[in-house]
Amino acid sequence: MELFRIKRTIPFMRHALVLNIISLVFFVASVIFIVVKGFNLSIEFTGGTVMEVSYPQAAPLAEIRSAIAGQGYSDFQVQNFGTSRDVLIRLPVVEGQTSANQSEVLMSVLAKATPGVELRRVEYVGPQVGRELVENGLLALLFVVIGIVIYLGFRFEWKFAIAGVIANLHDVVIILGFFSFFQWEFSLSVLAGVLAVLGYSVNESVVIMDRIRENFRKQRNAEVRDVIDGAITQTISRTIITHGSTQMMVISMLIFGGPSLHNFSLALTIGIWFGIYSSVFVAASIAMWLGVKREDLVKPVKKETTVEEIYSE
Amino acid sequence: MNRYPLWKYLTVLVALVLGVLYTLPNFYGESPAVQISSAKSTVKIEPAMVDRVDQLLKNAGIAHTGSSFERNGPVGTVRFRFPNTDDQIKARDLIEQALNPNPQDPTYTVALNLLPASPGWLTAIGANPMYLGLDLRGGVHFLLQVDMQGALTSRYDALATDFRTTLRDQKIPVSSIERSGMSVVVTFPDDAARSRALALLRTRNPDMIFTESEAQGTSAGKPSLTAKLSDAAIATVQSNALRQNITTLHNRINELGVAEPVIQQQGSDRIIVQLPGVQDVARAKEILGRTATLEIRMVDDSPAATAALSAGTVPFGLERYEDTDGRPLLLRRQVILTGENLQDAQAGRDQQTQQPAVHLTLDNKGAAIFRDVTRDNIGKRMAIVLFEKGKGQVVTAPVIRSEIPGGQVQISGSMTAQEAADVALLLRAGSLAAPMTIIEERTIGPSLGADNINMGFHATLWGFVAVVVFMIIYYHMFGLFSALGLTFNLVLLLGLLSLLQATLTLPGIAAIALTLGMAIDANVLINERIREELRHGETPQKAIQLGFERAWSTIVDSNLTTLIVGVALLIFGTGPIRGFAVVHCLGILTSMFSAVMGVRALVNLTYGGRKRLKNLSIGTVWKPKD
Repeated sequence: MELFRIKRTIPFMRHALVLNIISLVFFVASVIFIVVKGFNLSIEFTGGTVMEVSYPQAAPLAEIRSAIAGQGYSDFQVQNFGTSRDVLIRLPVVEGQTSANQSEVLMSVLAKATPGVELRRVEYVGPQVGRELVENGLLALLFVVIGIVIYLGFRFEWKFAIAGVIANLHDVVIILGFFSFFQWEFSLSVLAGVLAVLGYSVNESVVIMDRIRENFRKQRNAEVRDVIDGAITQTISRTIITHGSTQMMVISMLIFGGPSLHNFSLALTIGIWFGIYSSVFVAASIAMWLGVKREDLVKPVKKETTVEEIYSE
Repeated sequence: MNRYPLWKYLTVLVALVLGVLYTLPNFYGESPAVQISSAKSTVKIEPAMVDRVDQLLKNAGIAHTGSSFERNGPVGTVRFRFPNTDDQIKARDLIEQALNPNPQDPTYTVALNLLPASPGWLTAIGANPMYLGLDLRGGVHFLLQVDMQGALTSRYDALATDFRTTLRDQKIPVSSIERSGMSVVVTFPDDAARSRALALLRTRNPDMIFTESEAQGTSAGKPSLTAKLSDAAIATVQSNALRQNITTLHNRINELGVAEPVIQQQGSDRIIVQLPGVQDVARAKEILGRTATLEIRMVDDSPAATAALSAGTVPFGLERYEDTDGRPLLLRRQVILTGENLQDAQAGRDQQTQQPAVHLTLDNKGAAIFRDVTRDNIGKRMAIVLFEKGKGQVVTAPVIRSEIPGGQVQISGSMTAQEAADVALLLRAGSLAAPMTIIEERTIGPSLGADNINMGFHATLWGFVAVVVFMIIYYHMFGLFSALGLTFNLVLLLGLLSLLQATLTLPGIAAIALTLGMAIDANVLINERIREELRHGETPQKAIQLGFERAWSTIVDSNLTTLIVGVALLIFGTGPIRGFAVVHCLGILTSMFSAVMGVRALVNLTYGGRKRLKNLSIGTVWKPKD
């Protein structure tokens, strides 16, 4: 079976401008959503208490709400979680109740109203932990960006490094845009997913850049645009198959992984699709706009001559 | 020709065998066990307990399948494994009866527990199952913030007291001594007094920095000395405080009888406490957050009290307590000091007699009260009582020989060095060096834990199956090689995680699934490259060789960039992120090995030796017809 029967080089770069504009639109829209709507941050970041409560029958949400309101809370959320019997309750941080005895008090009230109610999970996060998590998350992002620029700059060339990082930040921002637009809950595991996407999508760009470099060596007189088109065409089947495989895993997590892994796999799914798109259309075309040349990549003294010599014309 | 030298095949084989060996323990499940730990800080469990319980079980005809003794700091634990839960419960009841003759006041905690059921030969080579994180087996997780400011403040208070004593002993005139923020300020009537004091205090406190200045405020203009702890000394105070808090937590958690508690330092001022299987969060919190379980009271040794004691009655205003040897004492109800006033207790020796002794350091307030009490009660006894589970026990009841003014207390007498160390530990156990607050709490019910394992397992399994089926359909034989390589990768990864005794969490399982999904990339790169070389008209053998060679640099590049992300998550991540990152990083390394070396070994074994290889089973290699 061969899925991709590509007869000639596909002129990907012909539409580079249009596609870059589409990217830009998505990017700007994402930034606007992030700025205007913000995130539905999980309590890991904001501080507060989350309780997961399981009822023997369908949960009486209205009753639960009035019970919580009766405890003097005003800013709280009650929602079904997974099934109609499971309820997720979010409580804000209350001054003075630092050691999270909120959950115990509330559970005793709920248990009185409905016998047989089971506490599945409680999470309490103090406000200072949340602040640190945000800081550490941003530091991790910075570390990754710098690390990747240095590595790609050293391994390839600065234009590719910049192009790669822009393409990948573009993915990250768009994922964040999705989470902001739909107000999906942004938790620590989503952050891990987003950062994993960053690596994953760089990985994708690297494969194409590797091919571009190789083709610069082989096709001495070809146009830059044709070389890039050729490289993308040659790697496109691998791109689709690899991402397809990863996506199969992620879909499996989405279906079987339950609510805890749901948003994590959602972040990965968006990341995978935009990762393909950005490494094919964004990274390479930015490198092209930046004016990448044959001389940039093919140094007079080659390190890996052994492999290339066999193929040289 | 595609042949590997023998050592490469052997490397792959050895890696495979090791991977399988270390992964195995995870599949044996757990066997029922009974765990015996001390219920009181005054009772220690020694290895002899194993023989004692062994004898007990033998007499009762209950067979066990293994026993172990483990020492964690000062805390010993004995565990016995049983073939089934019936025997486990029988044994528990038997041991409970034998060890705790008085069920109202148990000396030992005898608890049911589960232990890994992997056979002895696996345990002998260090192959143990992975720990399951709390999100997979249920339990309570706390992150405690230690108030280091508090620890330092009380240290400065103690130093101020110390200075006062020292200067008084040397008859150096002093106007005032007080703690002012994070320093001790001493004011003197004249310069001469200050220079004498400076010389003296410098030699006594080499870890402090003294600066001379003019006093401010009420006694403005007078010469003064400001003393601050050096950075090294501050670090020591903080690490001691943290260590003491951890020890105290150990002792308290022991009361809960938790199977495998995790009490770890995180960063410079935080402590993680994880109590697997504990559902009673309220009680756990109550025990963790308790302060001042230590009380100092006066002993009533008057003839009337002694008579009442022998008659078995307790006069009004007195309470009856026992010391560690079970001798009864009558104590006054009035509490002189609590553990809050005790800053430190260390075992040492008496400076004159070189007898073993326990040195106590009291805080300012404690020192003042102590001075008054000791002055008025010379010749009488005072008792230090440790309260556990609401029951008090007298740790020591020394006779007051003289007034003790400076808050530095020494208890000595007929005790051995070991006893002194034990008493010091008990006294420390009653107090926290610095106050702590819970800044993060997570409780996961056991049913949710089981659900999480199930969901994580199924997510990985079906994803894996889907990828494997697709690879075999698409690449035929080479797809099978890739699938075997992926399995090899999974085995290596699980083996490595077990070997490192990593804690498996739900994000960790997600990372395993994701790593497998991404690991197939290397094989796709290789297979696509081989097809491409075939398309260009290379011979099969040459295509295999070129395919692997050319894909290699791409694989390295792409994996290294992914590794950068993994490392970033490892450095900056906490909790669930870190669990994800560890698996992710290890997975990248194992996948490079298995996808390239492992799969190549398979390919070489299958195709490498054939001279006239015409076709490769790598799916359709479609060539464009021009």
